[in-house]
Amino acid sequence: MVKKTYHKRVKTVTKQNIDTTLAQIGNRSEKTTGAVNAPVYFSTAYRHEGIGQSTGYDYSRTGNPTRRIVEDAIAKLESGDRGFAFSSGMAAIHTLMSLFQSGDEFIVSSDLYGGTYRLFEKDWTKFGLSFRYTDFKDEVETESLISDKTKAIFLETPTNPLMQETDIVQVAKIAQKHDLLLIVDNTFYTPVLQRPLELGADIVIHSATKYLGGHNDVLAGLVVAKTAELSEKIAHYHNSSGSVLSPFDSWLLVRGMKTLSLRMKKHEENAKQICEFLQTSEDVTDVLYPGMGGMLSFRLRHPEWVNPFLQNLSIITFAESLGGVESFITYPWTQTHMDIPEDVRMKNGVCNRLLRFSVGIEDARDIIADLSQAFTNMKEGR
Amino acid sequence: MTKVSFQTNLLHNQHKFDKATGGVSVPIQHASTFHQSKFDEFGEFDYSRSGNPTRQALEEAIAELEGGTRGFAFSSGMAAISTAFLLLSKGDHVLVTEDVYGGTYRMVTEVLNRFGIEHTFVDMTDLNQVASNIKPNTKVIYMETPSNPLLKVTDIEAVVELAKKNNCLTFLDNTFLTPALQRPLELGVDVVLHSATKFLSGHSDVLAGLAVVKDEELGKQLYKLQNSFGAVLGVQDAWLVLRGLKTLYVRLEQSSKAALAIATYLQNHPKVEQVYYPGLSCHLGHEIQLKQATGAGAVLSFRLKDENAVRSFVNQVKIPVFAVSLGAVESILSYPAKMSHAAMPREERERRGITDGLLRLSVGLESTEDLIQDFEEAFKNVSSTSVTVS
Repeated sequence: MVKKTYHKRVKTVTKQNIDTTLAQIGNRSEKTTGAVNAPVYFSTAYRHEGIGQSTGYDYSRTGNPTRRIVEDAIAKLESGDRGFAFSSGMAAIHTLMSLFQSGDEFIVSSDLYGGTYRLFEKDWTKFGLSFRYTDFKDEVETESLISDKTKAIFLETPTNPLMQETDIVQVAKIAQKHDLLLIVDNTFYTPVLQRPLELGADIVIHSATKYLGGHNDVLAGLVVAKTAELSEKIAHYHNSSGSVLSPFDSWLLVRGMKTLSLRMKKHEENAKQICEFLQTSEDVTDVLYPGMGGMLSFRLRHPEWVNPFLQNLSIITFAESLGGVESFITYPWTQTHMDIPEDVRMKNGVCNRLLRFSVGIEDARDIIADLSQAFTNMKEGR
Repeated sequence: MTKVSFQTNLLHNQHKFDKATGGVSVPIQHASTFHQSKFDEFGEFDYSRSGNPTRQALEEAIAELEGGTRGFAFSSGMAAISTAFLLLSKGDHVLVTEDVYGGTYRMVTEVLNRFGIEHTFVDMTDLNQVASNIKPNTKVIYMETPSNPLLKVTDIEAVVELAKKNNCLTFLDNTFLTPALQRPLELGVDVVLHSATKFLSGHSDVLAGLAVVKDEELGKQLYKLQNSFGAVLGVQDAWLVLRGLKTLYVRLEQSSKAALAIATYLQNHPKVEQVYYPGLSCHLGHEIQLKQATGAGAVLSFRLKDENAVRSFVNQVKIPVFAVSLGAVESILSYPAKMSHAAMPREERERRGITDGLLRLSVGLESTEDLIQDFEEAFKNVSSTSVTVS
């Protein structure tokens, strides 16, 4: 006789594919009305039936049902224990400072987003924290930077703006050996292309303003911790320092994330075509593309071409930021990386001919045509 | 525009209409980034964390209302407070009012201390105690007046004088009174802080923090920290606070009037052991309150016999919501021992007078008669003798 095993089958549903998880964010969360799209809870306070009787929500800073949806989603996507949503990517990074104390040292990617560099060097050093930089290419060099005060490794991969990939597994081994926390900024790849926690990282951070939100209409940051112990500490400081994401922005972020996988496929397809075009252009000396995702950088032959090139673009937008549906070109020299001293920038290769390209989801032929006409016009001095 | 009264200024200020369209409500700019027309010279806005037109409208509004030169909007009151504390460095010392909000207490004792910033808690109403605890490395004196939840009143000008003499900055949390009733910058304070979640927005629907300074150099420093730390207010939320500000004056006027009536009622009730409201003439800080503010606000606390009396009262009360937070159109009854001050160890809490019998009431816009009637009914079930278990 065949036994009914329905309940068992439900419980043993295999791990979802990421596209399914993304499309389903927030669905089945609302029990009262069955709304497929989760409601936005603006309420800051939550009524208690009596003393000590909480619904689990008390005050919106400590926990908000709408924010919770995006926090649970990113935790699941990154295979972590718990997620946390912040008012910006920088707020996400800054809150992690609370895991450390005066005297602690960090090993950090030398090619790093300028805002993170500024936060570390101008703000955190004031509180007695210090930083050593490496490209993580040489294990011996990385290990030589570790002292008994080192507490964490912070890396971006691929790096911003030079698109250098770091071997997370290799760095994770070093981190484990020396009992260091490994923090990875996964903004450029997102969990669709890379899941650092599965590769040995302890904490993943995101500027969700970029690919996760994807529409250049919301500022947000996310953190995912691997273990319950870390989650508990982060939850404490998330609440204490209060740089939480608003309910409406949480909802916008969820709305963006539903199309993340589709967008990422198109960003990558376009980026590859643009790479081919740029590599054959005589006006371009180098193209930096890690082979995945929608971000690439390139160097024009002459620095004096940068301004006319940017002026002549008609589809691609000249603006700071990245990861949106629209194509953006950024000039790191004066925009994202201006806070890094000039000699450090030059040494790292962030020179005055370098442009960073966040390839959008427009038709690749139109983007190439725009680049092509801008190259022609910049040389003719228009 | 000629100088108008505060009430009028809430509605008719530099943001009374949008310059591009004439719209009378500030538009919400969701853009996270802004197109630049020149490669080496950027427009006023480049990236939304660094500056956003909607958030800026709110920042300018609060700066004007507080009589400052520059305002800053944050994702919560605690984000505003934490960012302001980042003005300090390792080795500095901060003097904090002892009955400070539980969240600020937690920030000072659990976060700042790990980065080499020392603190001393003092009774800020006792100027001798303040003076004797100032050290050579004291950089900030942090006030909350009236304080939370015991509504103690600090003499702002006197503390500012002590601070100036000792070359330290003064921070003041102005959440309870708002600039409608108290303008600390005019009394010499350096940084005014707000949980704008409370009276400024007033509808229990937005979490927000604000900071205002008068000194331009201090403004530049705080701007750098706001941009670096990135705990900025979302644009929808900035708009909601602006919307709430339009009714600030009328809300606070009504709620303060009701608070005085309720405080008077509670004071005469046999089951109430003590009432804390600076609007009552018997309140220790009443005179200072009258000197430095134009009202006593809409928050009061009162003490019942014990936790059992509180339990019974809370179970019977029908109109106020029993929840954390304050400063809303709805009256909110809170139990500091287990809510706003749960982060404080019991011993510290009781030493400060935040006992198990203490309730805090934030008076909303309901009819005063209805609220008093509701309390009257609830008190009938509160036993006047405490149950002792042997």
